[in-house]
Amino acid sequence: MPKKFKRALLLLVAAAVLPASLYGCTGGTEPSPTPTATAQSGEPSYGGSVTVGIAQELDSLDPHRAVSAGVGEVLFNVFEGLVKASSDGEVREAVASDYQISEDGLTYTFTLREGVTFHNGDPVTVEDVVYSLERCAGSENDGTALITAFSNVTQVRAVDERHVELTLAQPSLEFLYALTAAIIPAGSGDTIAQTPVGTGPFQFVSYAPQDSLVIQRYEGYWGQRPYLDEVRFRIITNSDTLVMSLQSGALDMAIHVPTTQITQLEGQFQVVEDTMKLVQALYLNNDVAPFDDVRVRQALCYAIDVGQIIEFVGDGAGVPVGTSMYPAFEKYHMEELAEAYPTDQELARQLLAEAGYPDGFTMEITVPSNYTQHVQTAELIAEQLSQVGITANLVPVDWSTWVNQVYEGRQFQSTVCGVAASDMTAREMVIRYVSDYEDNFINFQDDGYDQAVAQAGSTLDEQEQEQLYKQALTILSEQAASVWLQDLCDLTVLEPGLDGLELYRTYVLDMSTIYYSA
Amino acid sequence: MGKRRNWYLTLGLVLTGLTVGFGALGLVWTPYSPTAPSAADRLAGPSLAHPFGCDHMGRDVLSRTLSGAGATLSIALAVLAIGFVVGVVIGALCGYYGGVVDALVMRVCDAVAAFPSVLLGLVVIAVIGPGKYNVILALGVLFIPSFARLTRGEFLQYRDRDFIRAARLMGVGGLRILFRHILPNAWPVLLSGLSIGFNNAVLAEASMSYLGIGVIPPDTSLGRMVSEAQSYFVTAPWLVLFPALVMILMILGAGLVGEGVRERMGEG
Repeated sequence: MPKKFKRALLLLVAAAVLPASLYGCTGGTEPSPTPTATAQSGEPSYGGSVTVGIAQELDSLDPHRAVSAGVGEVLFNVFEGLVKASSDGEVREAVASDYQISEDGLTYTFTLREGVTFHNGDPVTVEDVVYSLERCAGSENDGTALITAFSNVTQVRAVDERHVELTLAQPSLEFLYALTAAIIPAGSGDTIAQTPVGTGPFQFVSYAPQDSLVIQRYEGYWGQRPYLDEVRFRIITNSDTLVMSLQSGALDMAIHVPTTQITQLEGQFQVVEDTMKLVQALYLNNDVAPFDDVRVRQALCYAIDVGQIIEFVGDGAGVPVGTSMYPAFEKYHMEELAEAYPTDQELARQLLAEAGYPDGFTMEITVPSNYTQHVQTAELIAEQLSQVGITANLVPVDWSTWVNQVYEGRQFQSTVCGVAASDMTAREMVIRYVSDYEDNFINFQDDGYDQAVAQAGSTLDEQEQEQLYKQALTILSEQAASVWLQDLCDLTVLEPGLDGLELYRTYVLDMSTIYYSA
Repeated sequence: MGKRRNWYLTLGLVLTGLTVGFGALGLVWTPYSPTAPSAADRLAGPSLAHPFGCDHMGRDVLSRTLSGAGATLSIALAVLAIGFVVGVVIGALCGYYGGVVDALVMRVCDAVAAFPSVLLGLVVIAVIGPGKYNVILALGVLFIPSFARLTRGEFLQYRDRDFIRAARLMGVGGLRILFRHILPNAWPVLLSGLSIGFNNAVLAEASMSYLGIGVIPPDTSLGRMVSEAQSYFVTAPWLVLFPALVMILMILGAGLVGEGVRERMGEG
């Protein structure tokens, strides 16, 4: 019967097409005929535009108020401080051409560089610098410093038309690094998040929340002229979409591509491997039962096999950390802490029993779902914990929810995430766990720790400081403040023609050195 | 009965039986733990030990497909149960009694039906949070209007028939008329509606999980598996092949059963 046959055929087609439409977007993942990556070291050429895929929504474009490291990473191209980060982990002069630090370490005098202009064309004056530094110290925030290091500042003063003087309450070896804080036009505090105006190599063009940020070369830049005409950052929170966009040519470059995705891109793209310069951990809320008991936290450390996580999530390319410090800070990296808790399920069970949980318990792991690496890590952790009787349920949330609820609201039991240093000092990685520190989102409390960090902050003896920081880092490990995992393997993917990527020791992406090789 | 076999029904029942059996088995037994990773077996192809291969964490795909099919199946059935029971009750009352309430309820149903169910499901999930039970609740509620509308149409049609009038005159109670006198006559249409609803429920669950808001890992479902396999579409096609195949057969089976039932009832 033709009619019946037609109906059957329709049904078949419908049944086959419907589920296919679910993953229809992968239909076109045949390797596109892009020339294979060859070792390119052609001459840099000026011009061209690049679209970069980033995985994270930007919580604010205000350089002093933004919370996520992912914002600072991008805004590095737009804003500059008196000094700015250089790729070797030190600072170099930027808006200031020179600086002097007094003998007692309390007074900093900066000489402004000649010919530095904002993107709106105005020259940078001492008023702008004083305004910016005072804003960092909290002038527009009821006196609470927007950038914590600035709570140490007692006075900012314009000496003359070229010099600015800063006075500190306590001497600090590391304050200079905080002066990477952006210099913005005087009085622009209310509008800076909408129309960011800085002094960097690129100027702001447009921003569509959750979609893209566009910047273009600033022709009046005082320093080395950037090669590219325009850079477009596209926010793609799904790593599969990220890969497909690369393959389709919609993206020329992507940062923080998950290792698991890379097999599809090898051969067609250049893949640059590095570490992320952050500490990935199962962060435990030390205020919430059962993690208010050190024995439970230690039990988790023994139950979780970091080696396996690194093997699965980063193809073995991550580096175990063992405390809140990543290996790029060579001075403070303590390999022995990474081995402080060898995987030992028996010991874990024993500690749980001592703490009153012989049969384990049920816990929640909140995880930002836009980061495949963190979700996979959480999955593995849940599996590993089930071996010692702990049931871990994953709660995937989007990035803004994570920032609001977990990081700022501290409404969580545990979370898998990465924490980076917002400036280049080891201090950033350590001070956040001081009892009353505002970003101490895991509610860690330890008097010995607070003391060590406070002393380290005020000493002018580098060796003593190093000892004190190491002491603090050891406390974080002994107290099992969280289950410290790894500094993730970081992969940057570039189109074959692109070159000049410079890797930094901190969480920044410098687009000004990138060029199309002629 | 019929002179020739009802091939739709036969094939549909076989396919449905197989896939439902597969899913039901997955709820109680899997050859390996569906969540246990194994470094040695990462992205291993199909073999005797792992007939469906292994995924990027070395987890057995057969075990995961089994438990994923179980999850998809149980979610689809739960969604269907909520949508069908509530929908039939609402539809029956509206169709039989009519009036202002009927008009109001139907306009609400129109409004809900005007949006694609997955889109509405996304909104609901965004408000109440992801997870298996929330998905069941969200989709279940969204499935009510289609069943209500279907049932209402049938009941409207029988409301003024002579045998119903006769029953009414004999003083038969409203509920009894609704569910003893009219409902049995509406079964053929409702049954095929049920099979279409099952298909939609399977697909809706799969879509939600595919979008990452349904079943939460490390639990899995067919949609979730297809979604996760996307990254390995080229390098390890077995990851997407098997769960997708099970899903296709599941839908095809139910569709054929619905078609077969309609044909059989139509023949009387």
